Amino acid sequence: MVNFTLNAQDVEVDVADGTPLLWVLRDKLGLTGTKFGCGIAQCGACTVHVDGQARRSCVTPVSSVEGADVTTIEGLAASAGLAEGELHPVQSAWIEAQAPQCGYCQSGQIMQAAALLSESPQPTDEEINAEMAGNLCRCMAYVRIRKAIKIAAASQSEGTK
Amino acid sequence: MTHHTEISMTRRWFLAVAGAGVTTGLLSGPASALAPVGQTMGDGYEPTVWYAIAEDGKITMHIHMAEMGQHVGTALSRVIAEELEADWDDVEFVHVDTDPKWGYMVTGGSWSVNHNFFTFSRAGAAGRMALIEAGAREMGVPADECKARKSMVIHGDQSISYGELVSRGAVDRQFSAEELEAITLKPGSERRLLNRDTVARDVPEKVNGSAIYGIDRTIEGMVYARPVMPPVRFGSKVASWDDTTAKEIPGYIQTVEINDPTDTCQGWLVVVADSWTAASNAVDALDVTWDGGSGLQTNEADLMAEGARLVNDDDAGSLFMLEGEPDAVLDAADMVHEGEYRTHTVLHMQLEPGNALVWQDGDTWRVHAGNQWQSLTLPLVAKALEIEPSNLVFETSYLGGGFGRRLFCDFVVPAALTAKAIGRPVKMVMARSDDTQLDCPRTPTVQRVRSVTDENGALKAYDHACAAGWSTAPIAPGFLADGINGGKVDPFSISGADHWYAAETMRVRTAKNELVHETFLPGNLRSVAPGYTLWAVETHIDEVANALGQDPAEYRLSLLDAQGRNAGAAPNAVGGAERLREVLSRVIEKSGWAKRGDLPEGTGMGISVTAGQERTMPTWIATVAQVRVDRDNGEVTLDKLWASIDAGTLAHPDGALAQAEGALLWGASIAIHEGTEIENGLPRDQNLDTYTPMRMNQVPELDIDFVTNDHMPVGLGEPGVIGVAPAIGNAVFHATGARVRTIPMRSKDILEALKA
Repeated sequence: MVNFTLNAQDVEVDVADGTPLLWVLRDKLGLTGTKFGCGIAQCGACTVHVDGQARRSCVTPVSSVEGADVTTIEGLAASAGLAEGELHPVQSAWIEAQAPQCGYCQSGQIMQAAALLSESPQPTDEEINAEMAGNLCRCMAYVRIRKAIKIAAASQSEGTK
Repeated sequence: MTHHTEISMTRRWFLAVAGAGVTTGLLSGPASALAPVGQTMGDGYEPTVWYAIAEDGKITMHIHMAEMGQHVGTALSRVIAEELEADWDDVEFVHVDTDPKWGYMVTGGSWSVNHNFFTFSRAGAAGRMALIEAGAREMGVPADECKARKSMVIHGDQSISYGELVSRGAVDRQFSAEELEAITLKPGSERRLLNRDTVARDVPEKVNGSAIYGIDRTIEGMVYARPVMPPVRFGSKVASWDDTTAKEIPGYIQTVEINDPTDTCQGWLVVVADSWTAASNAVDALDVTWDGGSGLQTNEADLMAEGARLVNDDDAGSLFMLEGEPDAVLDAADMVHEGEYRTHTVLHMQLEPGNALVWQDGDTWRVHAGNQWQSLTLPLVAKALEIEPSNLVFETSYLGGGFGRRLFCDFVVPAALTAKAIGRPVKMVMARSDDTQLDCPRTPTVQRVRSVTDENGALKAYDHACAAGWSTAPIAPGFLADGINGGKVDPFSISGADHWYAAETMRVRTAKNELVHETFLPGNLRSVAPGYTLWAVETHIDEVANALGQDPAEYRLSLLDAQGRNAGAAPNAVGGAERLREVLSRVIEKSGWAKRGDLPEGTGMGISVTAGQERTMPTWIATVAQVRVDRDNGEVTLDKLWASIDAGTLAHPDGALAQAEGALLWGASIAIHEGTEIENGLPRDQNLDTYTPMRMNQVPELDIDFVTNDHMPVGLGEPGVIGVAPAIGNAVFHATGARVRTIPMRSKDILEALKA
């Protein structure tokens, strides 16, 4: 039995300890916004937040999140205190930039970008490169992902003024 | 006289290939409502099958093309809405499941907007005509004094909305095929939506996790599965298997031996469990031995050696194109420009691995899986299940990347056979390495180009031979065309070698590399043949320009005379090579090409012109790349790409730009970042640790512009890929004087070229 907080709700799951968090989220808890890409933490499609840090859920044993606070793309807006149906500023920026193409990697990109912006509200291009290089976009929508991060950074800084 | 085999995906071709297999199933209400992307279709007035106008004025377009990142629903809906004079705010669309009424279903070739343009435009126009007639009747005025704008029929100060006409039951006109064919479309000056900005309708659900891909669908009672991959794609048989250890894994259910009537799966087992993790662990715990296997000892070098043999054997293969007598010119020439160009194996690595959910629903079998070519896969899966195609329905879903991989949905077959064997719904998901082992990679190629020029540089002869795996041959042999000198050619595996440069005599020969086919199944990968044939053409032309002491950009302009075979033809290629001159001139200007001599040491600019995907549907593109080359370690850094693009009318301009951005970076990724080699019959690099597509930190600056016009819309998904590799290779030459003739351009190749 593993207990943790998922998108602000307490959950208890009964799975083998080594089961990757990714598959618990997708197949036991029905949250399919987190994607499977490589299974070896090389593509970033499975990125979630564990206690506010970006983590690759495909290599995170569920037992390691016992007692932790897990946020997925479905709970990102709520984690920032927004009401249901509202979008996190990073998600809004993604729409404004029209960033997604196929969209499969974008949950992971958004979770990674949200983690970056919470640590570095005005990231430089070098910081964006360093933080986002682990997230593959096979459609290669990188120009717009970068643009969206900058839009989100600008809107967050306006919000705090 | 020119002999030429054209690529023409006509209905006749489709029928010849698909035959009775085109018949699919029926879309039942409840099942479609369950389908996450396929909402219930529109109801109300349907002048054709392509859309419905409801009583509340809502207009629902029925999109039969797959959404894999190109925002195709938005683009095609704009095409209908333009002629319908619909208010864009009234428009919605649904992606539909398979049904014979949609006709042939394939999303590839960058064809979606082009191939559907007339059908969808006329469908929109038909609705507008019928609504104007009905509105005129209701208002008691002559129809020819009415116009339609923003979902309203208008006469002077009076107007009536489309929704009101539908709710009054005032409109019911249906159109025959002949009537539709006779419709004249609006002139460009009357357009209000096409070539105008809009946003993609599929974006919001792609940022909040709610978009449903193939891998995301569930159904009650389903079990999970992962395949056990055979040692190579073809010719293996399972000799023995033992699941003693697997049985100790909690959740393991059973292992199914796949006996496949279609021979798609040769030597496969599929492991079934109550979770995917258990299935995956059980696969790793299974003890399996195989007999046989085709190409178990075959390596990339063997495939290349066979390719080199074929291009140097003038009798190998068949002619795709012949103009005049190039041999007479070649034999008599004092100097022949000659080069051998190679491209290595490229993998799709679409981020969503192969997967399928298959279940039986009464007499009907249902499949949920991302799919680019339903009309090819459906008959295949029906044959595997030994059922009538009419008893099989493919649900639509978003695709986590297509790039041509999901044109051949072979991965549905083992899922279907497992569901049949165990009598339960099965969701099979391939691990990344499974997906790579089953990939249909882009074939390695060897190409030889020889040319002869006169004192001014005009091409007296151009002779191009290409040896490759033929992507069409194994999966859709009916699409092969007759070669000019007999035999067969695969137009899709040679397209692009028939370039738009003036050449007095010209020959294109294409040879099928059988060793490739014995080893793996060569597939279609974004940009298909032009992705490798233009590597040869545009590198060769650059070499000729430099050998003649001419500026490579000016030399290209001199060859684009737009005469004869290069004058172009309606509807898709109006203007011909003249439009290539236009984009070339634009990119020369905006890239500062004339001042490239001022670039620092080790930095260079290279150029290319391309017209993919095919001569019958050319997207005119000129590309310039600026690179830095490190002479010590051979590393190439791509600083910037400029592209000028003429794709005719743009249904969704921002979507067109997004496709161009992604395509240019794909081209760069194939040229200098990714690539693999076949080792012992399989791709050497099977996951994203060693297979390395471009990442955020490697993205060059992009400068893309589109020519604005009202010409026929052509392709956008692929053509931007094509010119990047040669532009980079030509830039490396400009920077260093080293000529690279192989992609990917790896550091060691650059170092070798620097020594040469």
